[in-house]
Order: sequence, then C-alpha cells, then structure tokens
Amino acid sequence: MFAQTEEHSMGQSTKSKILISMAVAGLTLAGCASTTEPASTSTSTAVSSASTSSSAQYLVQNVGDRVFFQTDQSNLDGSARATLRNQAQWLSQNNSVNLVIEGHADERGTREYNLALGARRANAVRDFLISEGVNGSRLQTISYGKERPVSLCSEEACWSKNRRAVATIR
Amino acid sequence: MNAQFSISRRRRLLSALAALIFVPSLALAALKIDITQGNVEPLPIAVLDFAGDGSVGQDLASVITADLERSGLFRPVDREAFIERNIGVNVRPRFGEWRVINALALVTGRAVQHSDGRLLVEFRLWDVVAEEQMAGLQFFTTPENWRRIGHLVADAIYERLTGETGYFDTRIVYVSESGAKNNRVKKLAIMDQDGFAQSELTRGNALALTPRFSPTAQEITYLSFYRNKPRVYLLNIETGQQEVVGDFPGMTFAPRFSPDGQKIIMSLERNGNSNIYTMDLRTRETRRLTSSLAIDTAPCYAPDGSQVVFESDRMGSQQLYVMEADGSNVRRISYGEGRYATPVWSPRGDLIAFTKTLNGRFLIGVMKTDGRGERILTEGYHNEGPAWSPNGRVIAFFREGRGADQGPTLWTVDVTGYNERPIATPGWASDPAWSPLIR
Repeated sequence: MFAQTEEHSMGQSTKSKILISMAVAGLTLAGCASTTEPASTSTSTAVSSASTSSSAQYLVQNVGDRVFFQTDQSNLDGSARATLRNQAQWLSQNNSVNLVIEGHADERGTREYNLALGARRANAVRDFLISEGVNGSRLQTISYGKERPVSLCSEEACWSKNRRAVATIR
Repeated sequence: MNAQFSISRRRRLLSALAALIFVPSLALAALKIDITQGNVEPLPIAVLDFAGDGSVGQDLASVITADLERSGLFRPVDREAFIERNIGVNVRPRFGEWRVINALALVTGRAVQHSDGRLLVEFRLWDVVAEEQMAGLQFFTTPENWRRIGHLVADAIYERLTGETGYFDTRIVYVSESGAKNNRVKKLAIMDQDGFAQSELTRGNALALTPRFSPTAQEITYLSFYRNKPRVYLLNIETGQQEVVGDFPGMTFAPRFSPDGQKIIMSLERNGNSNIYTMDLRTRETRRLTSSLAIDTAPCYAPDGSQVVFESDRMGSQQLYVMEADGSNVRRISYGEGRYATPVWSPRGDLIAFTKTLNGRFLIGVMKTDGRGERILTEGYHNEGPAWSPNGRVIAFFREGRGADQGPTLWTVDVTGYNERPIATPGWASDPAWSPLIR
C-alpha cells in the first residue's frame, strides 16, 4: 500500500537466504502417538505376547516409557530410576532400537521456561541411560515444554502426569 | 469561508500519507488529555459520519470511534443525540449545538472517490469549547485500504489530544490455537490491533510459538517445530518465505530482533542447559552472551540496543537480570516475592514488563529498569507474555482459562493498570506481539 513498505521489502529480499518452504504437505508430529496412556494391565499380557519385544507397544506396556518429575525439577526419584534401568536393560537386548526422549512440563509455567525445563528433563533421562551403559548415539532428546499435555484438568492430579519425560522409538 | 479552513488540495502522488495540513492555532488549545494520571475521565468526543459517496464515510466513523473508545481515554457521544448530522468538511460546525450535548471535541470528515479511482479522505478535529480547529489531514489511498485510513485518523486525533504518539495503525501477530488441548494446532496469525483484518501466516503442520516483529514490521522471528526440530525461524510477511536462523546443534528458542534489525537474540539449549546467543543476520556470526548451568532465556534488548534483559533460574528460581549487550556486567533486578519471567523492555526505555508467578497465580506487571517501582497491572489464574504497544502506553498479553475445554485469549491493559479489554479473535489466541509504528 505505501511506497515506504514496498521499498523495504525489496531491500530485505536482496539478502542471501537459505529459503525453506514450510508448506511441505503431510508433516506430522512424530511424538503424538506416544502421548496416549498405557493400556490397562488386564490386556497387556495378551497384547505383549502378540507384539515383538522391540515394539513401541512392548516399551509402553512391559518396560515403562515415561518418568515423572516434581514441579520445576529435573532430578530422578527412585521410581523414575527403576523405570529407566528397565529401559536401559531393554535397550541392551534390542540393539536396533533408538529412542527420542521427549521432555514435557505442566501448564503452570511460562512458555520459554517450560521449553527449557522440558529439555532439562529429557537430558536428565538421557544422562541416566548413558550412565546405565546405553550408547548416547541411540538417544535423541526434544522438548515440547507445556505444549503437549496428556492430562487436561487444571489440578495437581493432571499437572503431575504432564511433568514427564517419555521415551518413543525413533 | 475563512482561509484558515480551506484544505490544501496539494496531492502526493507517491504516498498515500497525504499532505499534513495542520492549521497552527494562534490561541493555545485548552483541550488536552493528561494520560499520566491513570484513571482519567474519558474525553467526550462526537465523531460524525464522514460525508461523501456510499457507506465508507459511515464505516470510517465507526473505525475511528471504536479505536478512540477502546483506548479508554475517549467517551464517544451517543450518536442519537447528534443535532447536526451532515456537516461538510469545509463547513464550520455550530459549536453551541455540540456544547448542548456535552461534546468537547468534534470530528467531521469527507470520503470521496477521486477521479483516478483512489479514495480521498479528509477530516477535521474541532475544539467545541474554544470553537477552533485542532487538526486537519487528508489521505489518498486505494479504496480497499479505507480501514487503515480510519486508524490513521484515529491516531491523528489521539496524538493531538494526548500529546503522545498514536498506536491504532498497527498490527498484532499472535499464535492462533485450535483443536483439543492435548493436540493443539498452533499457527501464526496477524490482525489489525482492533482484531479486524485477520489472516494466517503458517499452515499449522508444525507447532508455531512466540512470534516477534522485526523493527520494520516486514519480518517475524518465531519458534517452529518444523520436522520435529524446534528452531528459530525468520518469516517474511509479504512473501511468505522462511529461513532457519543459524545452524545450531540444539533447540533454539525465545527469539527477538535487535532494535536495529541486524541480529536475532535467542536461547540455545545444549545438553539441558539454555544460554543466550546472538546471530548477526548478515554475517551469520554467532556470539554467546551467557555461560551458566541454568536456564537463561527470554532475552530482550533495550530500545537503544545497549543492554539486554532476560530471565534465569541461576539462583534457584526464575528472576530477571540485565546485562550489557556484550554479556558483561550481569546484575539481578527482580527482588520481589515470587518468580519473574518473560521480561520485555518498553519502547520508551523506562520500564520492563514481566510475567510474575506468586502463590499459584500469574500476574502481569511493570518495573523500572533497575527493578524498583514494581506495579502489578493484572492478575488471575494465568496471565502471561506481555507485549508493548509501540508508544509504550498499552500492554497486550494472553490469559489462559482453567480446565480441559478452555484456552487462551488476548487482552490489553493500560500501563497504568486501568482499561483492561479483550481483543476479539476467531479462536483461541496466545503469544501476542505488537508491530512497531511504521509511518
């Protein structure tokens, strides 16, 4: 509309840029499937016998795919360490499996801080798995901050389930 | 007719921002709004439908009236009370009739299609008590830009009566949210500051967060989860072209432009630590500004570029720190109760707005740049992400509702803490950023 505006955009376009089209179709967030809750234990035996031990289903139902954190914390309690030892053992038995550790936060924080906090949690898990003998090259991390809650109420009962790090098969 | 009231016919062919025709008044106009006092009594103003062709004159009056009313500084006089309804732009109003209905200021205007197809809009602002003109302007534009002309007229009125720069001819970029709370689709969207002229800037196939304007308002820097790699991007609003900012080994996030537009300042996360970096957009040179084992994030430059405010939990909980632009001389500025986050330096340089967490509630406040003089502007279950209007008078932020079926909405509040208002958006909306004023 205004000459001033047009001049400027021309100036900007002269800069050398690596242009990336964000309009690539069919992109999905690979982490989404992992955020479903584990199935109930009554069906787990039947299902796990049908699935291979290296499957995502086996990880969720028989190994344990997630650990939980206190508010603002990234340290691993006894229960979390037990789950991660299971993961480390399972990884040692399934050498073809590589993991992405997703770090998450509850909704009671600011956006940027929660992204950083989720990264801290994912890395705490990664560091522990490495200390248990897992090769670090098999473990990627990503933070979703508070963007992908699994429990949706605005109460501690839900927040405590959202402060989590979840292992998904890459 | 008095020569004083003749509008210059001089055209500017290259610019729609046409001739400024201020008529310097010999007598000092008494009409002025003192906006430093906070809860001021709104000034009664009558905005007549602009004369001319079709309905655009009426539409212009509506945009102008709504802008002025939302500022909280003006009280539009009920149109039903108007006695004179059709005053040509070159006619001196019968001031006595406007005094009867307690209007202190009066706006008249005209909007006509020019012979070359463009829209010509003229207006005059009158001091009803002093019986004199306070401002007069004319604009040429393409007809589809009529709404923007309305904002420019409202800015001119605001500026004449408050002595402050206006902010109505601005836009807000934000994150448009849809879908269930556990799988939200988050797209960048842009709108005029009054919530009109909505358009989407990204498609929603990747999470988009924390958009911020460049100083020219032509580009946005933001965080995208494109291909599941959270990275800072640049987006050109006009062309839609995007580029990733830098080639960093970990997550980059919390970006903002430097005041000269040459650099992006942001956080880089490596092995769980987040530190603050800059990248020069021309040379691609990166520079590390903080080296802590903590979460250092949400950096924001002072308007003169000499300093940076950011948040860090290096002493245990989120607090605000200021450092020189080269990373030296870091000092903590927030010492109140609670936690402080998302600091944003005001365009005037005198204040820092922040999100504060206290006793499980989320507040928006401002403090001086040395941390003194804290004032809370709003508080509730969850308020977050302050963004300054370009004149430093108004703060936009988002407010989250409680529960599974709730989502965020956009609000504005005066820097004095008065005049809290929602901004209407088509869906849930978060992370507002206000454009600079481009004149």
